[in-house]
Amino acid sequence: MVEFSLPKNSTIGKGRIFPAAPGAKNVKPFRIYRWSPDDGANPVIDTYELDLDTIGPMVLDALIHIKNNVDTTLTFRRSCREGICGSCAMNIDGENTLACLKPIKDVKDAVSIYPLPHMPVVKDLVPDLNGAYAQLRSIEPWLKSDTAPPPDSERRQSIEEREKLDGMWECILCFCCSTSCPSYWWNGDRYLGPATLLAAYRWIADSRDEHTGDRLDALEDPLKLYACRTIMNCTQTCPKGLNPAKAIARIKELQLERKV
Amino acid sequence: MNASHTPRIDVMRSQLGRARGLGSAKTGVDHWWLERMSAVALVPLSGWFVIQVLRLAGAEQQDVVEWGGKPVNASMLLALMVLTFYHMQLGLQVIIDDYVHGKAHLPASLLLKGAALLIGLFAVIAVLKLALAPSTKAGA
Repeated sequence: MVEFSLPKNSTIGKGRIFPAAPGAKNVKPFRIYRWSPDDGANPVIDTYELDLDTIGPMVLDALIHIKNNVDTTLTFRRSCREGICGSCAMNIDGENTLACLKPIKDVKDAVSIYPLPHMPVVKDLVPDLNGAYAQLRSIEPWLKSDTAPPPDSERRQSIEEREKLDGMWECILCFCCSTSCPSYWWNGDRYLGPATLLAAYRWIADSRDEHTGDRLDALEDPLKLYACRTIMNCTQTCPKGLNPAKAIARIKELQLERKV
Repeated sequence: MNASHTPRIDVMRSQLGRARGLGSAKTGVDHWWLERMSAVALVPLSGWFVIQVLRLAGAEQQDVVEWGGKPVNASMLLALMVLTFYHMQLGLQVIIDDYVHGKAHLPASLLLKGAALLIGLFAVIAVLKLALAPSTKAGA
Protein backbone atom coordinates (compact mmCIF):
# COMPACT_ATOMS: atom_id res chain seq x y z
CA MET A 1 0.00 0.00 0.00
CA VAL A 2 0.90 3.61 -0.36
CA GLU A 3 2.65 5.07 2.68
CA PHE A 4 0.65 8.01 3.98
CA SER A 5 2.88 8.71 6.97
CA LEU A 6 6.56 9.52 6.93
CA PRO A 7 8.98 6.66 7.53
CA LYS A 8 10.71 6.83 10.94
CA ASN A 9 13.99 8.17 9.57
CA SER A 10 12.14 11.00 7.79
CA THR A 11 10.26 12.36 10.82
CA ILE A 12 11.25 15.99 11.16
CA GLY A 13 12.64 17.29 14.48
CA LYS A 14 13.23 20.75 15.88
CA GLY A 15 16.44 22.42 14.80
CA ARG A 16 18.54 25.40 15.79
CA ILE A 17 17.47 29.03 15.82
CA PHE A 18 19.75 31.72 14.39
CA PRO A 19 18.44 35.05 15.76
CA ALA A 20 18.66 38.28 13.82
CA ALA A 21 21.28 40.84 14.74
CA PRO A 22 20.20 43.07 17.67
CA GLY A 23 18.61 46.28 16.43
CA ALA A 24 17.27 44.71 13.22
CA LYS A 25 13.89 46.29 12.40
CA ASN A 26 12.42 44.30 9.52
CA VAL A 27 12.85 40.71 10.73
CA LYS A 28 11.33 37.67 9.04
CA PRO A 29 11.97 34.06 10.10
CA PHE A 30 12.98 31.51 7.46
CA ARG A 31 12.22 27.92 8.49
CA ILE A 32 14.39 25.65 6.40
CA TYR A 33 14.55 21.85 6.08
CA ARG A 34 17.97 20.48 7.00
CA TRP A 35 19.26 16.95 6.53
CA SER A 36 22.73 15.60 6.07
CA PRO A 37 23.59 12.05 4.95
CA ASP A 38 26.72 12.09 7.09
CA ASP A 39 25.48 11.90 10.67
CA GLY A 40 22.63 9.37 10.46
CA ALA A 41 20.29 11.84 12.19
CA ASN A 42 16.72 12.69 11.26
CA PRO A 43 15.94 15.90 9.35
CA VAL A 44 15.27 19.08 11.35
CA ILE A 45 13.86 22.54 10.67
CA ASP A 46 16.38 25.31 11.33
CA THR A 47 15.05 28.84 11.83
CA TYR A 48 17.02 31.78 10.46
CA GLU A 49 15.80 35.23 11.45
CA LEU A 50 16.85 37.66 8.75
CA ASP A 51 16.70 41.44 8.52
CA LEU A 52 14.90 42.03 5.23
CA ASP A 53 16.46 45.51 4.97
CA THR A 54 19.86 43.91 4.39
CA ILE A 55 18.98 41.35 1.70
CA GLY A 56 17.54 41.24 -1.82
CA PRO A 57 13.84 40.77 -2.62
CA MET A 58 13.73 37.09 -3.62
CA VAL A 59 13.81 33.93 -1.52
CA LEU A 60 17.03 32.92 -3.29
CA ASP A 61 18.62 36.18 -2.06
CA ALA A 62 17.77 35.11 1.49
CA LEU A 63 19.28 31.64 0.97
CA ILE A 64 22.48 33.10 -0.47
CA HIS A 65 22.62 35.59 2.41
CA ILE A 66 22.33 32.75 4.92
CA LYS A 67 25.06 30.73 3.20
CA ASN A 68 27.41 33.72 2.96
CA ASN A 69 26.79 35.29 6.36
CA VAL A 70 24.98 33.00 8.79
CA ASP A 71 25.49 29.29 8.16
CA THR A 72 27.85 28.05 5.46
CA THR A 73 26.60 24.47 5.80
CA LEU A 74 23.21 25.25 4.23
CA THR A 75 23.13 23.34 0.93
CA PHE A 76 21.01 24.23 -2.10
CA ARG A 77 21.28 24.38 -5.88
CA ARG A 78 21.28 27.69 -7.71
CA SER A 79 22.83 29.08 -10.84
CA CYS A 80 21.28 31.75 -13.07
CA ARG A 81 19.12 33.55 -10.43
CA GLU A 82 16.69 34.66 -13.17
CA GLY A 83 14.35 31.72 -13.72
CA ILE A 84 15.98 30.13 -16.75
CA CYS A 85 18.17 27.31 -15.37
CA GLY A 86 15.67 25.58 -13.08
CA SER A 87 18.29 24.76 -10.45
CA CYS A 88 16.69 26.45 -7.43
CA ALA A 89 13.37 24.59 -7.65
CA MET A 90 12.12 23.92 -4.13
CA ASN A 91 8.98 23.94 -2.00
CA ILE A 92 8.45 27.46 -0.64
CA ASP A 93 5.43 28.34 1.52
CA GLY A 94 3.84 25.01 0.52
CA GLU A 95 4.22 25.47 -3.22
CA ASN A 96 6.86 24.19 -5.63
CA THR A 97 8.52 27.12 -7.33
CA LEU A 98 11.86 28.70 -8.19
CA ALA A 99 13.49 30.47 -5.24
CA CYS A 100 14.89 33.11 -7.62
CA LEU A 101 11.40 34.07 -8.90
CA LYS A 102 9.60 33.97 -5.53
CA PRO A 103 9.40 37.37 -3.81
CA ILE A 104 9.84 37.15 -0.05
CA LYS A 105 7.02 39.66 0.42
CA ASP A 106 4.57 37.22 -1.18
CA VAL A 107 4.88 35.01 1.91
CA LYS A 108 2.97 36.02 5.00
CA ASP A 109 4.65 35.24 8.36
CA ALA A 110 7.53 32.75 8.34
CA VAL A 111 8.95 31.50 5.04
CA SER A 112 9.04 27.69 5.13
CA ILE A 113 11.42 26.08 2.64
CA TYR A 114 11.62 22.37 1.86
CA PRO A 115 13.19 20.35 -0.96
CA LEU A 116 10.93 19.28 -3.87
CA PRO A 117 8.41 16.82 -2.35
CA HIS A 118 8.65 13.04 -2.48
CA MET A 119 12.09 12.81 -4.04
CA PRO A 120 15.12 11.25 -2.33
CA VAL A 121 17.08 14.01 -0.58
CA VAL A 122 20.80 14.32 -1.28
CA LYS A 123 21.32 17.03 1.36
CA ASP A 124 19.19 19.88 2.76
CA LEU A 125 17.32 21.43 -0.19
CA VAL A 126 19.00 19.28 -2.87
CA PRO A 127 16.75 16.49 -4.21
CA ASP A 128 17.98 13.50 -6.22
CA LEU A 129 16.46 14.02 -9.69
CA ASN A 130 18.35 11.21 -11.46
CA GLY A 131 15.18 9.11 -11.78
CA ALA A 132 13.26 12.02 -13.30
CA TYR A 133 16.13 12.78 -15.72
CA ALA A 134 16.20 9.11 -16.79
CA GLN A 135 12.44 9.21 -17.41
CA LEU A 136 12.95 12.28 -19.58
CA ARG A 137 15.64 10.45 -21.56
CA SER A 138 13.35 7.41 -21.93
CA ILE A 139 10.95 9.42 -24.12
CA GLU A 140 13.90 10.29 -26.41
CA PRO A 141 13.55 14.09 -26.40
CA TRP A 142 15.37 14.73 -29.65
CA LEU A 143 14.38 15.07 -33.32
CA LYS A 144 13.90 11.71 -35.05
CA SER A 145 13.54 12.04 -38.79
CA ASP A 146 14.27 9.57 -41.60
CA THR A 147 14.19 12.24 -44.28
CA ALA A 148 17.62 13.77 -44.76
CA PRO A 149 17.79 17.50 -44.07
CA PRO A 150 18.21 19.78 -47.09
CA PRO A 151 21.95 19.92 -47.88
CA ASP A 152 22.09 23.70 -47.90
CA SER A 153 19.68 24.74 -45.15
CA GLU A 154 18.02 23.74 -41.91
CA ARG A 155 14.73 21.78 -41.70
CA ARG A 156 11.97 24.31 -42.29
CA GLN A 157 8.61 24.81 -40.56
CA SER A 158 5.66 26.99 -41.45
CA ILE A 159 4.71 29.72 -39.01
CA GLU A 160 1.65 27.66 -38.02
CA GLU A 161 3.75 24.54 -37.41
CA ARG A 162 6.21 26.45 -35.29
CA GLU A 163 3.39 27.98 -33.21
CA LYS A 164 2.38 24.50 -32.07
CA LEU A 165 5.55 24.34 -30.00
CA ASP A 166 4.74 27.50 -28.04
CA GLY A 167 4.07 26.80 -24.38
CA MET A 168 6.38 23.77 -24.50
CA TRP A 169 9.82 24.88 -25.61
CA GLU A 170 9.83 27.28 -22.65
CA CYS A 171 10.02 24.38 -20.14
CA ILE A 172 13.25 24.59 -18.15
CA LEU A 173 12.96 21.09 -16.60
CA CYS A 174 12.90 22.27 -12.98
CA PHE A 175 10.49 19.39 -12.15
CA CYS A 176 8.31 21.62 -9.92
CA CYS A 177 5.29 20.11 -11.73
CA SER A 178 6.19 16.42 -11.51
CA THR A 179 7.04 16.67 -7.82
CA SER A 180 3.73 18.47 -7.09
CA CYS A 181 1.69 15.63 -8.61
CA PRO A 182 0.12 13.04 -6.27
CA SER A 183 0.08 10.48 -9.09
CA TYR A 184 3.83 10.99 -9.42
CA TRP A 185 4.26 10.65 -5.65
CA TRP A 186 2.36 7.33 -5.55
CA ASN A 187 3.57 5.84 -8.85
CA GLY A 188 6.68 7.85 -9.75
CA ASP A 189 8.54 4.67 -10.67
CA ARG A 190 6.19 4.07 -13.61
CA TYR A 191 4.17 7.26 -14.21
CA LEU A 192 6.36 9.58 -16.29
CA GLY A 193 5.08 12.78 -14.66
CA PRO A 194 3.95 16.09 -16.20
CA ALA A 195 7.44 17.47 -16.99
CA THR A 196 8.42 14.42 -19.04
CA LEU A 197 4.99 14.17 -20.71
CA LEU A 198 5.15 17.86 -21.69
CA ALA A 199 8.53 17.14 -23.28
CA ALA A 200 7.07 14.05 -24.99
CA TYR A 201 4.24 16.12 -26.49
CA ARG A 202 6.72 18.80 -27.55
CA TRP A 203 8.24 16.19 -29.92
CA ILE A 204 4.89 14.65 -30.88
CA ALA A 205 3.72 18.12 -31.95
CA ASP A 206 6.92 18.94 -33.85
CA SER A 207 6.20 19.02 -37.60
CA ARG A 208 9.81 18.01 -38.38
CA ASP A 209 9.63 14.79 -36.33
CA GLU A 210 8.66 11.65 -38.28
CA HIS A 211 8.29 9.18 -35.39
CA THR A 212 5.00 10.48 -33.97
CA GLY A 213 3.39 7.03 -33.99
CA ASP A 214 6.35 5.41 -32.23
CA ARG A 215 6.20 8.12 -29.61
CA LEU A 216 2.47 7.53 -29.05
CA ASP A 217 3.11 3.76 -28.89
CA ALA A 218 5.73 4.22 -26.19
CA LEU A 219 3.32 6.28 -24.06
CA GLU A 220 0.21 4.08 -24.41
CA ASP A 221 0.34 2.56 -20.95
CA PRO A 222 -2.01 2.55 -17.95
CA LEU A 223 0.68 4.13 -15.77
CA LYS A 224 3.28 5.85 -17.97
CA LEU A 225 0.60 8.22 -19.37
CA TYR A 226 -2.84 7.33 -18.00
CA ALA A 227 -1.83 7.62 -14.34
CA CYS A 228 -2.55 11.32 -14.96
CA ARG A 229 -5.81 11.95 -13.08
CA THR A 230 -6.10 15.59 -14.25
CA ILE A 231 -5.44 16.87 -10.74
CA MET A 232 -3.87 19.98 -12.36
CA ASN A 233 -1.30 20.65 -9.61
CA CYS A 234 1.28 20.71 -12.40
CA THR A 235 -0.33 23.64 -14.21
CA GLN A 236 -1.04 25.50 -10.98
CA THR A 237 2.53 25.27 -9.70
CA CYS A 238 4.55 25.83 -12.91
CA PRO A 239 6.85 28.82 -12.22
CA LYS A 240 7.04 29.50 -15.96
CA GLY A 241 3.24 29.63 -16.35
CA LEU A 242 3.12 26.60 -18.68
CA ASN A 243 0.29 24.07 -18.91
CA PRO A 244 1.57 20.47 -18.71
CA ALA A 245 -1.98 19.19 -18.05
CA LYS A 246 -3.06 20.48 -21.47
CA ALA A 247 -0.13 18.73 -23.16
CA ILE A 248 -1.07 15.47 -21.46
CA ALA A 249 -4.70 15.91 -22.59
CA ARG A 250 -3.49 16.43 -26.19
CA ILE A 251 -1.51 13.16 -26.04
CA LYS A 252 -4.64 11.34 -24.84
CA GLU A 253 -6.66 12.94 -27.67
CA LEU A 254 -4.15 11.71 -30.25
CA GLN A 255 -4.15 8.21 -28.72
CA LEU A 256 -7.92 8.19 -29.25
CA GLU A 257 -7.83 9.85 -32.66
CA ARG A 258 -5.67 7.14 -34.20
CA LYS A 259 -8.05 4.41 -33.04
CA VAL A 260 -11.12 5.57 -34.97
CA MET B 1 31.75 5.85 9.98
CA ASN B 2 30.32 2.79 11.69
CA ALA B 3 29.90 -0.13 9.27
CA SER B 4 26.28 -0.57 10.35
CA HIS B 5 25.56 2.93 8.98
CA THR B 6 26.61 1.92 5.49
CA PRO B 7 23.42 1.06 3.62
CA ARG B 8 23.43 -2.10 1.54
CA ILE B 9 22.77 -1.19 -2.08
CA ASP B 10 20.26 -3.64 -3.48
CA VAL B 11 19.42 -1.90 -6.79
CA MET B 12 22.35 -1.28 -9.11
CA ARG B 13 20.32 -1.23 -12.34
CA SER B 14 20.85 2.01 -14.25
CA GLN B 15 18.30 4.80 -13.86
CA LEU B 16 17.48 4.59 -17.59
CA GLY B 17 16.87 0.84 -17.32
CA ARG B 18 14.54 1.45 -14.39
CA ALA B 19 12.74 4.30 -16.19
CA ARG B 20 12.15 2.17 -19.31
CA GLY B 21 11.09 -0.71 -17.08
CA LEU B 22 9.02 -3.34 -18.86
CA GLY B 23 8.10 -0.90 -21.63
CA SER B 24 4.67 0.28 -22.66
CA ALA B 25 1.70 -2.04 -22.12
CA LYS B 26 0.06 -0.74 -25.35
CA THR B 27 -3.22 -0.36 -23.49
CA GLY B 28 -4.94 2.26 -21.37
CA VAL B 29 -6.69 4.41 -23.96
CA ASP B 30 -9.83 2.22 -23.95
CA HIS B 31 -10.07 2.18 -20.16
CA TRP B 32 -9.70 5.96 -20.10
CA TRP B 33 -12.22 6.58 -22.90
CA LEU B 34 -14.87 4.10 -21.70
CA GLU B 35 -14.69 5.51 -18.17
CA ARG B 36 -15.57 8.92 -19.56
CA MET B 37 -18.19 7.74 -22.04
CA SER B 38 -19.98 5.62 -19.42
CA ALA B 39 -20.00 8.66 -17.13
CA VAL B 40 -21.57 10.81 -19.86
CA ALA B 41 -24.19 8.13 -20.62
CA LEU B 42 -25.05 7.82 -16.93
CA VAL B 43 -26.05 11.49 -16.67
CA PRO B 44 -29.33 11.18 -18.66
CA LEU B 45 -29.95 7.62 -17.46
CA SER B 46 -29.64 8.61 -13.79
CA GLY B 47 -31.81 11.70 -14.36
CA TRP B 48 -34.49 9.57 -16.02
CA PHE B 49 -34.32 7.08 -13.13
CA VAL B 50 -34.70 9.75 -10.44
CA ILE B 51 -37.73 11.26 -12.23
CA GLN B 52 -39.35 7.84 -12.59
CA VAL B 53 -38.80 6.95 -8.92
CA LEU B 54 -40.31 10.29 -7.85
CA ARG B 55 -43.32 9.65 -10.08
CA LEU B 56 -43.75 6.15 -8.65
CA ALA B 57 -43.35 7.26 -5.04
CA GLY B 58 -46.29 5.98 -3.02
CA ALA B 59 -47.61 3.84 -5.90
CA GLU B 60 -49.08 0.39 -5.37
CA GLN B 61 -46.86 -2.60 -6.05
CA GLN B 62 -48.87 -3.63 -9.09
CA ASP B 63 -48.36 -0.18 -10.62
CA VAL B 64 -44.62 -0.56 -10.22
CA VAL B 65 -44.69 -4.07 -11.69
CA GLU B 66 -46.65 -2.76 -14.65
CA TRP B 67 -44.19 0.13 -15.06
CA GLY B 68 -41.21 -2.24 -14.98
CA GLY B 69 -42.91 -4.57 -17.43
CA LYS B 70 -42.90 -2.00 -20.21
CA PRO B 71 -40.03 -2.70 -22.66
CA VAL B 72 -38.92 0.96 -22.72
CA ASN B 73 -38.61 1.13 -18.92
CA ALA B 74 -36.95 -2.30 -18.68
CA SER B 75 -34.42 -1.37 -21.37
CA MET B 76 -33.57 1.91 -19.66
CA LEU B 77 -33.22 0.14 -16.30
CA LEU B 78 -30.97 -2.55 -17.80
CA ALA B 79 -28.77 0.07 -19.48
CA LEU B 80 -28.57 1.98 -16.19
CA MET B 81 -27.58 -1.11 -14.20
CA VAL B 82 -24.99 -2.39 -16.70
CA LEU B 83 -23.36 1.03 -17.15
CA THR B 84 -23.42 1.84 -13.43
CA PHE B 85 -21.51 -1.27 -12.42
CA TYR B 86 -19.21 -1.13 -15.45
CA HIS B 87 -18.36 2.49 -14.64
CA MET B 88 -17.90 1.60 -10.96
CA GLN B 89 -15.45 -1.14 -11.89
CA LEU B 90 -13.44 1.15 -14.18
CA GLY B 91 -13.28 3.91 -11.57
CA LEU B 92 -12.37 1.73 -8.60
CA GLN B 93 -9.67 0.03 -10.68
CA VAL B 94 -8.02 3.44 -11.04
CA ILE B 95 -8.04 3.87 -7.26
CA ILE B 96 -6.48 0.41 -6.83
CA ASP B 97 -3.80 1.26 -9.40
CA ASP B 98 -3.01 4.43 -7.46
CA TYR B 99 -2.87 3.09 -3.93
CA VAL B 100 -2.34 -0.69 -3.96
CA HIS B 101 1.15 -1.72 -5.00
CA GLY B 102 3.10 -4.95 -5.23
CA LYS B 103 1.66 -8.40 -4.60
CA ALA B 104 -1.71 -7.09 -3.31
CA HIS B 105 -2.53 -5.44 -6.66
CA LEU B 106 -3.70 -8.54 -8.57
CA PRO B 107 -5.96 -9.97 -5.81
CA ALA B 108 -7.45 -6.52 -5.20
CA SER B 109 -8.20 -6.09 -8.93
CA LEU B 110 -9.74 -9.57 -9.20
CA LEU B 111 -11.84 -9.01 -6.09
CA LEU B 112 -13.15 -5.76 -7.53
CA LYS B 113 -14.00 -7.31 -10.92
CA GLY B 114 -15.73 -10.29 -9.26
CA ALA B 115 -17.74 -8.07 -6.91
CA ALA B 116 -18.77 -5.69 -9.70
CA LEU B 117 -19.82 -8.61 -11.89
CA LEU B 118 -21.89 -10.30 -9.17
CA ILE B 119 -23.60 -7.15 -7.91
CA GLY B 120 -24.26 -6.10 -11.51
CA LEU B 121 -25.73 -9.51 -12.37
CA PHE B 122 -27.93 -9.33 -9.28
CA ALA B 123 -29.28 -5.96 -10.41
CA VAL B 124 -29.81 -7.19 -13.98
CA ILE B 125 -31.68 -10.33 -12.80
CA ALA B 126 -33.88 -8.14 -10.56
CA VAL B 127 -34.78 -5.91 -13.52
CA LEU B 128 -35.45 -8.95 -15.73
CA LYS B 129 -37.66 -10.51 -13.08
CA LEU B 130 -39.66 -7.30 -12.90
CA ALA B 131 -39.78 -7.01 -16.70
CA LEU B 132 -40.89 -10.60 -17.27
CA ALA B 133 -43.27 -10.85 -14.32
CA PRO B 134 -46.87 -11.66 -15.35
CA SER B 135 -48.93 -8.51 -15.10
CA THR B 136 -51.30 -8.57 -12.16
CA LYS B 137 -53.50 -6.02 -13.80
CA ALA B 138 -54.21 -7.74 -17.11
CA GLY B 139 -55.99 -10.69 -15.55
CA ALA B 140 -58.00 -8.65 -13.11
